[in-house]
Parts: sequence; structure tokens; C-alpha cells
Amino acid sequence: MIEYKGMILSELKEESQMAISEEEVKHVAQLSKLSFDESELHGFTESFDEILEMINQLDEVDGSNVEGMFRGTDVQNVMREDKSVSGTERELLFKNVKTTKDGFIQVPTIIDGGEDDA
Amino acid sequence: MTRFDETIRSLNVQLIAGEVTSVQLIENAIARIKELDATFNAFITLNEEAALDAAKASDAKGYTADRPLQGIPLGIKDNIVTKDLKTTAASKMLNDFVPIYNAGVMEKLETAGAIAIGKLNMDEFAMGGSTETSYFGNTLNAWDTARVPGGSSGGSAAAVAAGEVVASLGTDTGGSIRQPASFNGIVGMKPTYGRVSRWGLIAFASSLDQIGPMTRTVEDNAILLEAISGHDQRDSTSADLAVPNYSANLNVGVKGKKIAVPKEFFGAGIDESVQAKVREAIETFKTLGAIVEEVEMPLNKYGIPAYYVIASSEASSNLQRFDGVRYGYRAEGVKNLDDLYLRSRSEGFGMEVKRRIMLGSFSLSSGYYDAYFKKAAKVRRLITDDFKRIFADYDLILGPVSTSTAYKFGEKSADPVEMYMSDLLTIPVNLAGLPGMSVPAGFDEDGLPIGLQIIGNYFAEETMYQAAYAFEQATDFSDKHPE
Repeated sequence: MIEYKGMILSELKEESQMAISEEEVKHVAQLSKLSFDESELHGFTESFDEILEMINQLDEVDGSNVEGMFRGTDVQNVMREDKSVSGTERELLFKNVKTTKDGFIQVPTIIDGGEDDA
Repeated sequence: MTRFDETIRSLNVQLIAGEVTSVQLIENAIARIKELDATFNAFITLNEEAALDAAKASDAKGYTADRPLQGIPLGIKDNIVTKDLKTTAASKMLNDFVPIYNAGVMEKLETAGAIAIGKLNMDEFAMGGSTETSYFGNTLNAWDTARVPGGSSGGSAAAVAAGEVVASLGTDTGGSIRQPASFNGIVGMKPTYGRVSRWGLIAFASSLDQIGPMTRTVEDNAILLEAISGHDQRDSTSADLAVPNYSANLNVGVKGKKIAVPKEFFGAGIDESVQAKVREAIETFKTLGAIVEEVEMPLNKYGIPAYYVIASSEASSNLQRFDGVRYGYRAEGVKNLDDLYLRSRSEGFGMEVKRRIMLGSFSLSSGYYDAYFKKAAKVRRLITDDFKRIFADYDLILGPVSTSTAYKFGEKSADPVEMYMSDLLTIPVNLAGLPGMSVPAGFDEDGLPIGLQIIGNYFAEETMYQAAYAFEQATDFSDKHPE
């Protein structure tokens, strides 16, 4: 077994041919506010890579001089009268909140800076 | 009269004649569901008490032919928000969520007098094609319990096909009404984007999602679509257009109608048995007087990668709201705010949902946005232009709905790409925002249903229903039932 930076050579070769690495997957997970434990990460990266191989078929289409279509309809700038209306009762809005205190949504302590090193 | 003989129309006749009451309909439906659902698992939540109260009020009002939905029990897909009735999107994330308002379509159904009898199972957050990803277990196909009902509106399709309810609402983002309708031998319509309000539909992909009716007959489908359609101020993508009486002129036939059949809808990747039955169906249209011609849609297959980028990107944004703070699953014993988000989301969402969120975040991220999200949007434009070009000369497009008939559980769930490829024929319709429907077109050698897809021009549901009705009357596929 030949090792390089902790990975077996055959694994290293496999990774370099993939469209996405485990490191990149971790980065995307951070953006998505999702976490994968080590046992899930490899399997997930493999299936994610297969999906990206399929997605890369988009390269076969010539997109020059084509305007992207980002909406399902041509309707735009839908306006309403600038008139104030009463909002929803606070008690009703709180119906599905897990914990409340003094009329506020109660969340866990965040005084330690809020962010963990991934 | 068996449960399979019931239609919205026939029940309305019975209610008017006093042969049956709404209370009886609700009681029968509840009894049937409790019996049959032990097998099929189509429902997540039942609305017994409120439904009976509504039935009593309905009976007291009396019945008329111009209110065909009054007193009729319907099933509602569980991503449509129902006031005071648990709505889960088939996810652990919303396992205990009870909405404080009714979706736009629910308000319309209430006005029409229809009664929501319960919430139907689906793929989690509508992300799937087999109803194998629900937090509440699989729903089974009404024709063969070893097989998937299709998805994501699997519960909506199975409940109607099994005779638990006479009609249901499903949703369709990439085929999720049409494909389960095809797999279960019923009629399913995905209306034109904007025809039906998305207010109160738990969003998956906002530029693609639509709510639509699933029924056993074309007439019932038309009745239900009319009831739920219409402009809604709270959905700025909803069309400010009048709603036709879709069931009024069904019997006009298809003589002289020009039908296009894309050659890419037949060929590699589509089962022989599906191709054969759909070709037979197209022949039927010829004998009914339609003019059928072959056309080309060379970019059709690129719909799949374009869709999975766009839908996942929109989903990654839409699902950001699930953060364990105001509602939904909240992880316990968290260290700080970031931990709250990470753990609530990682524990609350299933694997397929996480996969799609990841694909979406990736496609939208710096360095990849142009090659993925923007490129996919360009491909979407090209496919849409192809459809518009065809509809300049033709009234309808016909083809299969799915690449296969209902497959066995577990057959595709291990391979996401294989699962995604089966949406080849439905996805392009969502990308373009066009209306598409599935109607029963026969069975394969194993007795499994095959659906014919009818695609119409923007807001041409009336023409589609007329064609579907002509086909339904000329064939007897709707007369066959499971068991």
C-alpha cells in the first residue's frame, strides 16, 4: 500500500477522476447548513459525483446568445395598493414555536460567538 | 354500485335525489380508508371529526347540479397547507406542524363545498418519483402492492385508484402528478404554470410547482380543476385570467385537430410495452379524425440536467426557512445557533432532500453559478422555444408519460441518477410552464397501467380535456379496476 497525505494511492487516483472531492462537498454542506458525519461523507460524495456527471451534459448545448429563463411566467412587477392592513394575531403565529418566553421565541444560548469551526 | 363506479358527477346526482347524504359519504370513505389503508398507506392524517361536521352542514344546505363538489370527500396531498389539520410534507421536519391558515386552493374547495377527508402521503418535500422517501413509510401501488405508486403524489394517486376517495389534489414540479397517475391508471392534470394559486403550497421549486386534480374520469378532473383555478393576489405568479367551465363542452371530439408527436418521445430509454401502447393510443386519435404528424425536439433529453439544477437551486433557497427556530423540528442539546441550524436540518431532513439542497447550493455557489444555474436557465429557454415553435402549428402534443410502468420497491432508490432519468418525458413540460396530463391508455403484460401524456399550449386545458374525453369514450381502460 502506498500512502500519500493519509490516503491509499488507489483512493487518491479515484478522487482525482471525480467531478467533486470530499473537501468540496464539506464546503457545500457548510453553505447549506447541513452536516454529514464521516461514515456518510464518502458514500454521499460518490453519489453526488455521479449526479454531477449527469448534470455536466449541459456542456453539450450551445448557450451563446441565449437569454436564460428564470421564471415560469412572463408576468412581472405585480403591484398592490399601498394600503396598510392588519397582520396576523401574534398568538396564532406562535402556535408552532417550540419554546417561548415573555412573548418571544426562545432559542438556545448564542453568546459564545455563534459559529463552530466545521 | 361499487366504490369504483362513483364519480363526482354521479355522487352529485345521488345527493340531489336524496339517495345518499354527505354524512354517509364521509362515513363510508373513513371506513374504506381505515380498511384499505392498512395495506396501501396512502394517508398520513385523517380529518374525521371536522369532515363529519362539514358533511352535516352540507346536507342541511341541500344540493344542486351547479355545485357538483358540495359534500364530496377529497384527499389532499400533504404539502398543501390546511388550517388546523396537521401538514407534514411527509417530513420529520414538519412532523408536528399544524398550519394556522388554509392554502388558496383549500379556500376555493371550501367555497365549492368539498370536504377534505385527510392528508395524503408523498415523497418528502415532493422530491422523488416513487413515494419511497416519506418519513411515514411507502405508499403501495393500487394494482400491485410489491410496486411503487410513483411519486411524488403517490398517496394522491393510490387513494383514488384504490377507491378510497373519488378525487384528490396532487402537485407536479417535474412530473409528480402525471407519473403516479400513469402508474395507477387514473387521470392526472398538471395545469399551466399560474393557472392554480401556489399560496399555501409548501414550496419546492417556485418556478415549476403546480397543484392539480387526480381523478378516475376526465369529467371529474375538469370539474375539480375549475374549482381550484383562478387568480390569487397572494401569489404574484398566478394568472389573472378567467377560468373556463372546463366540463361544459367535453363532447366536441378531435376531428381536424393537429397533433404533434416528437420522435424523441420514443426510442432509447423507454420501455417497449409503453411505446407500443402509446402508439396504439395515437392511432386511436387518428381514427377519431385527428391529424397526426411527427416532429423533432432534439434538446428534449437536456431537460433532465437543466431541471435538476434549477429545481434543486430553487429548493435550496426555499428550504432555508427550516432552521429549527419558528416552527418544525428542533434538535435537542445544541451548543449554539449554528449548531441549532446544522443539527435541526441534518436530523430533520431525509437523504434525498439533503442531496437536492446540496446540488442546489453547489449550482448557485460562486464559481459554479454560470456553468450550472445560468446554463440550465439557457437550456430551459431553448426547450421552451422548441415547444412554442411546435404549438404555432399544432394543437396538442402526445407521447408517453413515463419511461416504464410501475417498478418494484427498491429497484431505483439506490441509484439517484437512474431515478432522475425516468422523468425524461414529463420534465420539459414543467420547464416550459405548459399544461400536461396523463390519461389511462392500457396495460402491459403484467397488467400494470400505462398513461398517455397530452400536452397543450398555455392555458389550453379545455382543448386537452376535449381530446382526453374523446379518447376516454373511445376506449374502456377506465372501466378496469385493481383487484
